[in-house]
Amino acid sequence: MRDLPEQFSQFGEARQQGFMKVKKVKEAGGKVAGIFCTFTPVEILDAAGFTAVSLCGMSGETIPAAEAHLPKNLCPLIKSSYGFAVSDKCPYTYFSDLIVAESTCDGKKKMYELLDKIRPTYVLHLPQGLAGDALEKWKNELIRFIAFLEDRFDVKITEEALRKAARERNEERKSRLALMELQKLTPPPAKGYDLYKALEGSGFVFESSQRINQLNDLRESIEAAYRDGQGKVKASDRRILVTGCPIGGVLNKTVKLIEENGGVVTCFENCSGIKAAYQMVNAEADDIVGAIAERYLGIGCSVMTPNDIRIDHLKKLVEEYKIDGVVEIDLQCCTPYNVESFTVKNEMKKLSIPYIQIETDYSESDSGQLSTRLEAFLETI
Amino acid sequence: MRYRTGIDIGSTCSKTAVLDENGSVILRFIQPTGWSSVDTAEEIRSKLEQNGISNENSGIVATGYGRISVPFADRCVTEITCHAKGACHIFHADDLLVIDIGGQDTKLISVQDGCVKDFVMNDKCSAGTGRFLEVMSNTLAVKPEELCEMASKGGGVSISSMCTVFAESEVISLIGRGESRENIAFAVVDSIVKKVASQASRIQTVNTKVCLTGGLCDFDFLLERISEELGTDVISVPEARYAGAIGAALCAK
Ligand code: SF4
Ligand code: SF4
Repeated sequence: MRDLPEQFSQFGEARQQGFMKVKKVKEAGGKVAGIFCTFTPVEILDAAGFTAVSLCGMSGETIPAAEAHLPKNLCPLIKSSYGFAVSDKCPYTYFSDLIVAESTCDGKKKMYELLDKIRPTYVLHLPQGLAGDALEKWKNELIRFIAFLEDRFDVKITEEALRKAARERNEERKSRLALMELQKLTPPPAKGYDLYKALEGSGFVFESSQRINQLNDLRESIEAAYRDGQGKVKASDRRILVTGCPIGGVLNKTVKLIEENGGVVTCFENCSGIKAAYQMVNAEADDIVGAIAERYLGIGCSVMTPNDIRIDHLKKLVEEYKIDGVVEIDLQCCTPYNVESFTVKNEMKKLSIPYIQIETDYSESDSGQLSTRLEAFLETI
Repeated sequence: MRYRTGIDIGSTCSKTAVLDENGSVILRFIQPTGWSSVDTAEEIRSKLEQNGISNENSGIVATGYGRISVPFADRCVTEITCHAKGACHIFHADDLLVIDIGGQDTKLISVQDGCVKDFVMNDKCSAGTGRFLEVMSNTLAVKPEELCEMASKGGGVSISSMCTVFAESEVISLIGRGESRENIAFAVVDSIVKKVASQASRIQTVNTKVCLTGGLCDFDFLLERISEELGTDVISVPEARYAGAIGAALCAK
């Protein structure tokens, strides 16, 4: 068994190596789909023989290019993602035969209209909640999408292929979940930062069984190191739950800072974390498309109204992971999460769990203030 | 004798306080931070040494915006914790709402049983901070304390923008309109007060004393207006500008 740091870093390198792999996929005649969001029903892409890769923008570098077309006061994730496409800086976007997107928040929705001019973008119309015939509508939307793929790319998406994809994706979700659940130990065995990087990197390992094996290997290594008393976390570190927007672009000035000041991120509720992994598709259901639709519509994201699923799940996680404090990290100008943070704050208050919300973007200009606020928050727990 | 020293490197001013074993302040001084907090820390070290205080006989804790630039400090504690502790010490209370208007940021800290319960702090924007007052004073060609004095004789005008840059152009257009300096000064103070009040509405407090710390603590008119806006008496003393430094000293061993 390789040593732990090496195992962690293999995920960090995955994104880089992914470029070459995607190129190979293309050269071998394969098809690539760029995706942005946890709502993307990847089972359908798997079944259609696509390699799905995340295009989510996590660096401020391309924001100036994006601002030539987009307003300044827009979520940095949207700007960064668009910037990568418009400036041709992202090989994944470049190699994408199709971009698959959803009508989630307003900013993304409208950005996708512009993105379509650069790369063909298919927008799935996601209902904004569970009420009424939302599930039926969403299922029909998936059926329409399947028909579109079959027609446009001359493929056949069989029920069997969908079930197989669902089983594989479930297995992967279980591996991710099991890895994250290690953090329930006291003290948690790994730094949240390392764990997050590994989870993020695994998205760039494109072969399903390889992805699952790597995640399982990592889990076993962490467990073994922990048993040998080589845990990475001090018992006195405060157990922090992170919730809110996707945080890939602000990891250093948030998660890293928390962990340098007496905290350990024990649970990531947000996308890339538990939110994307804990719900399974019922792969044996009679109606497999319906089962896929149901699984995705149940995601507790703030673009949904009401969004009780997120709140209820948060309360559960706080208890299961023995959380000492909750840090909500929201991106600037993200209306859904920033508004919902008031509800989260109140619910945490009811549980007497210390809570802080920070709103930040991909620049470095607020890192001094952020560090004071996060350090002070940890001092108060 | 074992001393405890707190050094608060703020964005505009640096404050130092030394406590004896009984917790009485035996030495305190203030100086501009200048552009290099490292140089400022060095000056503070030599001043302390002139007074017989060093790492040998004193625990030293640094706080404030430049807290990491004090190499001889035993450790750093954030200004939130320090202001809370310092204010409790100065005002002899365990339950307080501390309003600290600093150079770069304004914070409201709710303290219960001597511990920080909750706090709010402005993010990027400098509206409602000491910096804002400074910029506006410059525009009106007066010192900040003169501006506050002038404000007490004015009224009837308000600045709607919460952003320092926009507020400055609003002030300039008020000047252009021939509005009296007193009225404009009133509008400036009023906008700081409104900002504090809006932050206060976001923080949970129990029925407690409210106090003002930081560089503006002896600006009577400001105190009066904040009291009015919050509907409760806001107390302060000149020593309150040292709250951060005293709190840091209390964190020292
Ligand atoms: S936060 Fe919501 S909209 Fe954003 S990626 Fe996650 S699921 Fe999609
Ligand atoms: S972080 Fe918020 S604004 Fe940005 S893409 Fe996600 S939901 Fe939309």
